[in-house]
Amino acid sequence: MCRRLVLALLLLLAPAAAAAQDGDAGRVPLPTIVKGKGEACVADTDYMRRNHMTELDHQRDETMHRGVRTRKFSLKECVACHATPAATGGYASINAPGQFCRSCHDYAAVTIDCFQCHAARPGEADTKRAGAFSRTAGELRQESEVQ
Amino acid sequence: MTGRTPQQGFDPRRRRFLSAAAAAAGVTLAPGVTFYGVTAAGSAAARAPEDPVTSSVRWGLLVDVNKCREGCNACVTACVEENGLRGNGRPETDAQWIRKVELRDPSTGAKRSLPLMCQHCASPPCVDVCPTGASFKRADGIVLVDKHICIGCRYCMLACPYKARSFIHEVVEDQKPYAPRGKGTVESCTFCVHRVDEGRTPACVEACAEAGGDAMTFGDLNDPDSRISKQVAAYVTDQIRPDLGLDPGVRYRNL
Repeated sequence: MCRRLVLALLLLLAPAAAAAQDGDAGRVPLPTIVKGKGEACVADTDYMRRNHMTELDHQRDETMHRGVRTRKFSLKECVACHATPAATGGYASINAPGQFCRSCHDYAAVTIDCFQCHAARPGEADTKRAGAFSRTAGELRQESEVQ
Repeated sequence: MTGRTPQQGFDPRRRRFLSAAAAAAGVTLAPGVTFYGVTAAGSAAARAPEDPVTSSVRWGLLVDVNKCREGCNACVTACVEENGLRGNGRPETDAQWIRKVELRDPSTGAKRSLPLMCQHCASPPCVDVCPTGASFKRADGIVLVDKHICIGCRYCMLACPYKARSFIHEVVEDQKPYAPRGKGTVESCTFCVHRVDEGRTPACVEACAEAGGDAMTFGDLNDPDSRISKQVAAYVTDQIRPDLGLDPGVRYRNL
């Protein structure tokens, strides 16, 4: 009786398991997250994943209209920190397939308009100080102590 | 193009008097002890990155036409390099933020050569006509285009009497990180706003000095102690088309 039940269960589950395997193979690959320079991003990863667009949108208006040039949520700083050196020298476009911005946006099927106008490669001056604005290990420790 | 410009509505002398009076008032901390605040108006370096621009500063540019050499293109080259204005070899449609204009008086043959760019008007017509609010004047007098909300209608290009604006017809690549530019939007001279916010002068002004011309002076028109204010006060200077009442921030001497 017991053996028959197990057999029935196996028969039932086998096609489902096979389908799951097939599905994974045909799916869009998970994004490859390129780690930025420095210890940690300007805010927690969970927060940045959900809210980076809102912060960038806010910063853009502040900088454009009021001349506020803080670097915390500046797009230029994102690019400077997360762009990776290209094999041919210089930096790869952060908007190229597989790069930091594009890899997630491709996965989520959301187009990026930023780089129609904005530079997708960091400038020389920006790469020198890249990561300087990220949080240090000490700051992270302090934050976790507060929590 | 000769004759003094009528001041329309805004009188800088009145503002200077009022601010001087306010400074003189000071704060009395104790009998006989008065604290006079240190004003940093006019010094862009004094503004912290998190502080917004204020109307206590009005950026202006003075061009001494006598010192501007015919055939010298240093300011234009510097602008192209600084802002990444690489064209497509099509001068009719390529972006042009600053250009050299050669003038000749047909009756005498006298020649004049001068740079012409966005005049950063106090009452900019491009801002008046913009249907989306993309064309705007910053508090410190710099006229800009917010390309995030520009729809590329080009109404501002028609309204500008100085022909200062360009429309981007083709896809732009490899922009400078501090000067975003893209297809389908209008753009013009920004007074190198990214440099001004760092306390530096525009690229054209720097290049002119390096080329030995020293024809351009950039500074705060609201600060009576700035080099530009002293020159504007000491010499007769002209605004182009003063009859339009736009009060441009760019002035010309010896025109």
